Amino acid sequence: MSKQVSPIDPVTLTVIQAGLEQICDEMDLTFSRAAFSPIIAEADDRSDGIYAARDGALIAQGIHGLPVFVGTMQASTATIIKMIAEGRCLPPEDGDIYAVNDPYLGGTHLMDVRFAMPFYRKGKIACWLSNVGHWPDIGGAVPGGFSASATAVEQEGLRFPPIKLFKRDELDTELLAVIFSNIRVPEQRIGDIKAQYAALKVGAERLHTLFDRYGDDVVHAAIAEVRSRAAKQMRAAIATIPEGVWRGEAFIDSDGIVDEPLRIALAVERTADRRLVFDFAGSSPPCAGPMNCVLATTHSAVYLAMRHIFPEIPLSAGAFEPMEIADPFGTFLDARYPRPVSGCAAEVSQRIAESVFSALVKAIPDKVTAAPAGTSGNFALGGDDPSVGRDYVMYQISGGGYGGYAGGDGLTNGCSTIGISKSPPIEISEQVFPVLFHRYALREGSGGAGRARGGFGVDYEVELLRGNAQASFVMDHGRFGPQGALGGSDGAPGTIHVNRGGHVFQPPHITKAQDIPLTAGDRVAVQTPGGGGYGPAFERPSEAVAADVALGYYTVEQARDLFGVVLDRTSGKVRVDETDALRRHAQSAA
Amino acid sequence: MTSRTLFGTPVSDPLKSKDGARVIAGVDVGGTFTDLVIVDQHRRAISVLKTPTTAADPSMGVVKALAEGSVPVHEIDLIIHGTTATTNALLQRRLAKIGMITTAGFRDVIELGRRTRPQAYGLFGSYVPLVPRNLRLEVDERTLADGSIRNAVDIDQVIDAAETLKEAGCEALVIHFLHSYKNPKNEEAALEAAATVWPNNYITAGHRLLSEPREFERGVTASVNAAVEPVLERYINRLRVALHQSGYARDYLVMAGNGGTTSSAHVSREAAKTVMSGPASGVIAAAYTASEAGLGNIITYDMGGTSTDVALVRGSKPLVSNEIALEYGMPIHLPMVDVHTVGAGGGSIAHIDEAGLLRIGPQSAGSDPGPIFYGRGGDRPTISDANLLLGRLNSKRLPAFDDAVDVDAVAAAIMRDVGDGLDLDAAAAAEAILHVANLKMAGAIRMVSVAKGHDPRDFTLFAFGGAGPLHAAAIARELAIPRVLVPALPGLTNALGCAVADLRHDFVTGLNLPVANLDEAHVEAVLQTHVDTGRRMLEAEAVELRGVTVEHSADMQFVGQTHLINVPLPTGGIDRQVLQELFEDAYFARFQVRLPNVEANLVALNSSLIGLRSKPDVTALNLSADHADRVEGALLDQRPVHFGGRWMDTPIYDRARLPLDAVVDGPAIFEQLDTTTVVTPDDRAFGDGLGNIVIEIGQAGHE
Repeated sequence: MSKQVSPIDPVTLTVIQAGLEQICDEMDLTFSRAAFSPIIAEADDRSDGIYAARDGALIAQGIHGLPVFVGTMQASTATIIKMIAEGRCLPPEDGDIYAVNDPYLGGTHLMDVRFAMPFYRKGKIACWLSNVGHWPDIGGAVPGGFSASATAVEQEGLRFPPIKLFKRDELDTELLAVIFSNIRVPEQRIGDIKAQYAALKVGAERLHTLFDRYGDDVVHAAIAEVRSRAAKQMRAAIATIPEGVWRGEAFIDSDGIVDEPLRIALAVERTADRRLVFDFAGSSPPCAGPMNCVLATTHSAVYLAMRHIFPEIPLSAGAFEPMEIADPFGTFLDARYPRPVSGCAAEVSQRIAESVFSALVKAIPDKVTAAPAGTSGNFALGGDDPSVGRDYVMYQISGGGYGGYAGGDGLTNGCSTIGISKSPPIEISEQVFPVLFHRYALREGSGGAGRARGGFGVDYEVELLRGNAQASFVMDHGRFGPQGALGGSDGAPGTIHVNRGGHVFQPPHITKAQDIPLTAGDRVAVQTPGGGGYGPAFERPSEAVAADVALGYYTVEQARDLFGVVLDRTSGKVRVDETDALRRHAQSAA
Repeated sequence: MTSRTLFGTPVSDPLKSKDGARVIAGVDVGGTFTDLVIVDQHRRAISVLKTPTTAADPSMGVVKALAEGSVPVHEIDLIIHGTTATTNALLQRRLAKIGMITTAGFRDVIELGRRTRPQAYGLFGSYVPLVPRNLRLEVDERTLADGSIRNAVDIDQVIDAAETLKEAGCEALVIHFLHSYKNPKNEEAALEAAATVWPNNYITAGHRLLSEPREFERGVTASVNAAVEPVLERYINRLRVALHQSGYARDYLVMAGNGGTTSSAHVSREAAKTVMSGPASGVIAAAYTASEAGLGNIITYDMGGTSTDVALVRGSKPLVSNEIALEYGMPIHLPMVDVHTVGAGGGSIAHIDEAGLLRIGPQSAGSDPGPIFYGRGGDRPTISDANLLLGRLNSKRLPAFDDAVDVDAVAAAIMRDVGDGLDLDAAAAAEAILHVANLKMAGAIRMVSVAKGHDPRDFTLFAFGGAGPLHAAAIARELAIPRVLVPALPGLTNALGCAVADLRHDFVTGLNLPVANLDEAHVEAVLQTHVDTGRRMLEAEAVELRGVTVEHSADMQFVGQTHLINVPLPTGGIDRQVLQELFEDAYFARFQVRLPNVEANLVALNSSLIGLRSKPDVTALNLSADHADRVEGALLDQRPVHFGGRWMDTPIYDRARLPLDAVVDGPAIFEQLDTTTVVTPDDRAFGDGLGNIVIEIGQAGHE
């Protein structure tokens, strides 16, 4: 690109930016609607975007992509570009599509397979179109890839560097055969691969139209301009954060192998020149189990946390420029081969985001919430159903409470921070799998007390009706509840109870377990975390507490003990004098 | 619906409207105006009227409009009514207090939802369920996924729960049991028991409204129905009495969200089906008008003051969706015309964001205070202000507000909020506002067309609403849509839709079977049941029909997929091989992907029974008008209008005076009472002889 870029008029700029965003949205839509795996089609565990030819920097990415991919896609595309330049993979031609799932090459975990396609204009690569989809299986020790006891990446599944899965628009059937020989239920994957391919093709067609219409120079100038403006916008947002060092932390229950918590320590420095420096020094060293996080995902988690705080800033590499993430070398947030990493996308990323929230809620309390439940709540049940003579794997994901915030109480049963995936309907799960739900309820009392209370978690119990099965869990926030902020209480921690032959027990690692054998009649009960409370609970208006009790969210005792509000047992009304006395007493004791 | 007696007038033959009703009135109540179209086939005359909506009681506005109409009320054979009563009640949460009786262990289903948040980014926001938690009571009962009953419903508990909810002041009741779509026995038994103690007929059983799995969506749909049923029924009865008093004694019809009409005597039982009544009638009118003009494929573009609705019509049939969500957490899974709404209209405010880019909305000046030039205190520039400054809207012919503001004040505000920041003069800034606004609309149209596999080049843009025809030509050019159609009365399209809509009943039956295992006879039987039920329902309506058409389609997917593609079914026998091929073709058309060795699944069978009414002859819309013999006779004025960076001397025509076969080259502007049509340079407008204006979009590129 020439250096003498003529200043582009702001209207054309807006037009081109909107055009690029619409192309990404359309790619997202095509991918989901054409996909076979529910994890892509229903849960939208995928993302599509446009990336710079030179360095893979993010140009535009669909708003409906899974948030955890905010920063990983540019890292992945950048790695491919670098490997091509270094001669480590075959040079690109028009119509080629590279596929890669190596987590250490700018990825997340093995199940997230990235496709990258060079986009040619006049014989030269003008940019890259890339997408990522979560494949339901990638081989390895357990169906689905979330092995809670893996100690090396080889146990987690098939790993491949950038390979040309499509050569000049032709699917390489030999490579496909190798992949299919290494994964479970391969028959349906061809539909997903074609969906992922169709999305890139739709993107390329639309992008050609855009380039043809405005001219290549103008589009490139607009891309550069959008990037510099997003950087400006992020700097303006950072300027609202008071200068200084803000500290936060977050804990992961365990790595699934060694039963002790992993700590994320974060110091965020707001510098005088309006940058943020994120330093994870002091975090735990790499762990034996699959809770290690590859660098691209660590970066992405910081970016997505910032995007939750400043959602109005467009998705562009420019927005990342004023943010520096100090190399977390030597910690579990910089996983190197062969550390197992299956838990990094779903769980560690959410704890990293929580550490960002916990640091910045002190600095900009109007912009940040107390901690959300922040776990994907994965419960996988694999077995065979004797009535249909077929193996199955059921994934039950669950939400939890969000944190209270300056403007209101936290949301109940919110989605994971890094996701946008809906949980499956009970009626559909019961149709497809040999299970019976006994309860799917709001978990009373789980929202952390505060001036604005946390949202509530979920409380469900499910019974295996037929055959044998294995239950596996990858959840978190079982040892510690989501953090309250500014004097608010923590949300309730999550629990898992397994009832096997009438004997009820909790998994040793609380929220992580693999292959607990179940037989017909056994049950699993899960309670998911509530959100953290925001501000002192004794400042919550007493009428709001009375309303919560009327709805059964808290008991009369909890109203008194947690919120300092005394209610009449029969009428449910606030006893004003006693409440005032109790709250005054608490204040003077403090 | 056997256990229910209907409120209001019993339906009986003497009240049926005359065979081929001769005088038909369509009345649409919108947010600002109540519109009336009377088609008088005796006199071959159509009269139209706009009166302000009476927000406190919209039935007053309806009666007032009819009283001012050209035909005495007692001479009207049939009134068809479009209403926003249910939509507004939901959006403003002015709803009946309702209670729910549900399966033990599952009362929180409608509060927990499906694990979502309001926006992808930002962890803020809240959700308040339609039934508060303390009014959701559980009873022992359980049906399994295969339809077998594990626990029969405990009738005593149902009666106790109903009594409790009644004493708590609930007016309507929802009964929502797991898997009732598969076997409704427990839900039916509970319904019967509750009815013995419930003081009215406002009881909604989930499976009766929506016989499909997904407990959250079915529960919310049933709750929506219960919450609006008393509201709608009170309104319907009030209007019936008021109409009666003014001399109209027959039954009237109400427009539903599926684009069909239902007798006012039945409509409130399934009140949720009237959500989206307004937008649906607009789409129906557009489909009808375009079809009369020989255009089957259209994209409707209805731009008002605060929002814009777009929808796709293929082969003169509006696309219908079962997955509309009125707002976050409020899915209504009933067949409704698939209208996509963008929150941008004439009142949307233009501003420069923190990155220095021009943005339109989401803030809107609405109709109060409205654009700056209304002179009602608005001081931020809107899309309408930009149209005024560029000469597209006539500053002298606007609604007469007390303190109309002059163009200079508008220009100053546009400079302050937009021009200065972008280093543009006022006209260039106003043009930029229109450009960005048009882009936003074009984006919405792409999402209903291109993104669903429809090529805009195969469609005509049908522009209506107060602001649609101002922008349509530019948007058509943006999307390579070859032509725009502006109907005779763009501001009265919804009321016209009421006047021409057919009766309609939709049926859905879930099968979820691979095509290879399909019992063809069973498929036939399901479709026949739809037809028989539909015919019975149509016969019970208080309108004589010209005939009944039946449409069948299948919701299909490849085995293993979750998303669906709707495949129209041929009439005649259902053949497995044909089904598989039809689906594969539809899939290829949508995604350009073929999967030859994968089997298709038939998820659900759909049928629509459409009771055809005799259509009023709407060409009369033009016969009464005072058309000039030649185009020049309709010329009102010449004024400078800004196009593509320069001011062009532009002829202004009186739309009502234009000859029916006029041909006018752009640039030109047509003014009429309810809208202004802009013909951009390089375009050619011509009258189609039926009173519509068709604008052929020129090839030359220009902004």
